[in-house]
Amino acid sequence: MKNFRNRRTMLYIPGNNPAMIQQGGVYGADSILLDLEDAVALNQKDAARALVRNMIKVTNFYDAEVCVRVNHLSTPFGLADLEEIVPLQPSAIRYPKTESPEEVADLLAIIEKIEDRHGLPHNRMTLHAMIETAMGVQNVFNIASKFSRVDAITIGGQDLTADMNIIYTSDGAGIDFARKRIVMAAKASHIDVIDTVFPDVNDEEGLRKETEYAKKIGFTGKAVINPRQIDIIHEVYTPTEEEIRKAYRIVKEFRANSAAGIGVFAIEGKMIDAPIVARAEYLLRLAKITVS
Amino acid sequence: MKPKIAAQSGTFESSDVIVLIEPLPENSGRKIEISSSVMHQFGASFNRIVVEMLDQYELTDIHLIAKDKGALEPTIKARLETAIKRSLDLQEGTLK
Repeated sequence: MKNFRNRRTMLYIPGNNPAMIQQGGVYGADSILLDLEDAVALNQKDAARALVRNMIKVTNFYDAEVCVRVNHLSTPFGLADLEEIVPLQPSAIRYPKTESPEEVADLLAIIEKIEDRHGLPHNRMTLHAMIETAMGVQNVFNIASKFSRVDAITIGGQDLTADMNIIYTSDGAGIDFARKRIVMAAKASHIDVIDTVFPDVNDEEGLRKETEYAKKIGFTGKAVINPRQIDIIHEVYTPTEEEIRKAYRIVKEFRANSAAGIGVFAIEGKMIDAPIVARAEYLLRLAKITVS
Repeated sequence: MKPKIAAQSGTFESSDVIVLIEPLPENSGRKIEISSSVMHQFGASFNRIVVEMLDQYELTDIHLIAKDKGALEPTIKARLETAIKRSLDLQEGTLK
């Protein structure tokens, strides 16, 4: 659990749209999110569930992580979603409007019962908890830290602002505290944290700015509602060649110095110690580069 | 099994298929109408999938219309399953 993987982008795909599902893997998103929740009309839940179940079995999503957002268990749809999707063991189940650790415990108990019935292990498929309410924000550390199967948390900006009775604004003022609290909970729990969608697909500059801000405050990646948004987010999150060269040199010299019993050293007059090495190693993992 | 109500699933969108089902009087048999933008290439395969699904649910007296816009097999099967379950009033976890 909690294996490292790039989660710069998570592309939402409506679960009742076969064309979008079958093409979902070609856009290069790090994760594909097949949505049975908000993207599906209430009288089409059965159709979407059958379609997603059938398509997951045969569709090539290439290297993307495949997640399914199910409906909340308080709705008439949530349990039926789990019964169909859990046996397929996608990479992760995304659970909307998570508000408490007790809720996660109840959800995991149901998932594990279904896995037992199908002879499946309890450690293959992970859980992404969506934080979309004020109560969820208040409880986020316990949601993020108590369960080994929770390997990412996400913020749902639109639902959160609705729950707070405020308007979602492009400067993100209303959700800034929530963003930072959710990031800190994820960092303290050593799991990934995905930022909310940028709703205006025509505002590429706005998307870039918001992604740069999300990266700056610690988000691992960002949810995407249109494939056009993927490249911009990847550009922001992908280390530059100069950053990679610098990180490579730091890690290489750190190993050489460690072997010689030296803990702290300098490169071009700048002190290199453990936190800088850790950051360099993280950057190389993002760039999928191994130091020989 | 005997269909209780007329039902449909799917859409007219590309890569999808719309399936309509209505019950027929007993001993009427199956009346299947398939039209597809790729009928020449995949018509036989489409017909086989329909017959297999109707056999699976033991549906005999039924009128089925399918209008296909290039759906893949998993989509065809999902839409057939949904329409059949709706016509049998067996669908779960959805608003009707």
